[in-house]
Amino acid sequence: MYVLIAGGGKAGANVMRTLLRNGHEATIIEQDRNRFERLESEFEHQAMQGDATELFVLEKAGVKRPPDLVLALTGDDEDNMVITQLAKEKYGVPKVIARVNDPRNQPHFDLLGISPTVCATSSILGLVEHEVPEHDLVHLLELRKENLEIVEVQIDKSSPSAGKTVEKLRLPEGARLISVMRDGKAEIAVGSTELKPGDQVLAILQPGKEDELRRVLLKN
Amino acid sequence: MKLIVIGCGRVGSTIAKRFASEGWNVTAVDENETALSRLGENWTGGFVRGHGMDSAVLREAGIEDADAVVVSTNGDNTNLVIGQVAQKRFGIECTVVRILDPARADFYRERGLRTICPTSTAIDSLTDAVRSCDIPQQPREEARV
Repeated sequence: MYVLIAGGGKAGANVMRTLLRNGHEATIIEQDRNRFERLESEFEHQAMQGDATELFVLEKAGVKRPPDLVLALTGDDEDNMVITQLAKEKYGVPKVIARVNDPRNQPHFDLLGISPTVCATSSILGLVEHEVPEHDLVHLLELRKENLEIVEVQIDKSSPSAGKTVEKLRLPEGARLISVMRDGKAEIAVGSTELKPGDQVLAILQPGKEDELRRVLLKN
Repeated sequence: MKLIVIGCGRVGSTIAKRFASEGWNVTAVDENETALSRLGENWTGGFVRGHGMDSAVLREAGIEDADAVVVSTNGDNTNLVIGQVAQKRFGIECTVVRILDPARADFYRERGLRTICPTSTAIDSLTDAVRSCDIPQQPREEARV
């Protein structure tokens, strides 16, 4: 596989190292002189100095081949958006992955159809949410492209859904139960599956349906 | 008519003042409070301090009912993203974006964004200026030897 990496910070350099170790071909582009020199001493001709939002820099790095994958990992969200737009739409790169530095810019990435994206800050927030017991609906996975998310819910004694079968629940449109975990064993949720206190239920839903789902499963 | 100018430097502030003098309702947006001084003491239009990437700032500036948007911050990529947000999220058809790099300006123009490239304009003007010089046709030194 040929991979083009824009941005030679910690993320870029580590991904580069791993790709090369696994026998892939890769080029890394870094704008900053000092950083570039460090990269060059490790990766030699596979490191390039330049602004990866400039077309001629991308072309010199081989974007016209095109690469199988372009990673936009710079510390600047605008740059990452432009790099991935150019890669996909001008050079026909089949797959791009962009780093989101500021989670508030996520809607812009979505608006421009850039997917998948990775945001360390959002991941940390997700994990914090997972640790905080008050959050009765835990976000496990966001399927951004599909506009779906997978959440985990714990059923307790007072839950209106306890003692009911899945088919009797009035689940909102755009939400389905996936599985029920009980006593360390998971089974697929089907119509006849009965929910019991202590069950951990996985559900898939469209973002924004959380409150409706919460009402059906957890609160009257 | 309502105009939002994002990036109130030399270019943005002059455009803002020009349209304001023609009776437009103009609001300028800049990260830097000092940009307000570029608009002059008699500025009666709006000014919002904040980053143009922040949709809340754009809304505060009144982008939702703007007739036109000029994007002229000092970063090409920032302008490209803000321009696309204005065009696609807020549906402002008359969105005009300054891009210094001719290559990126061309690519995004093909994709339907109104990009203006001062670099290309400068290249054309300078080329024309040279061509229009009245250069006397003298035989060169080498030619005489």
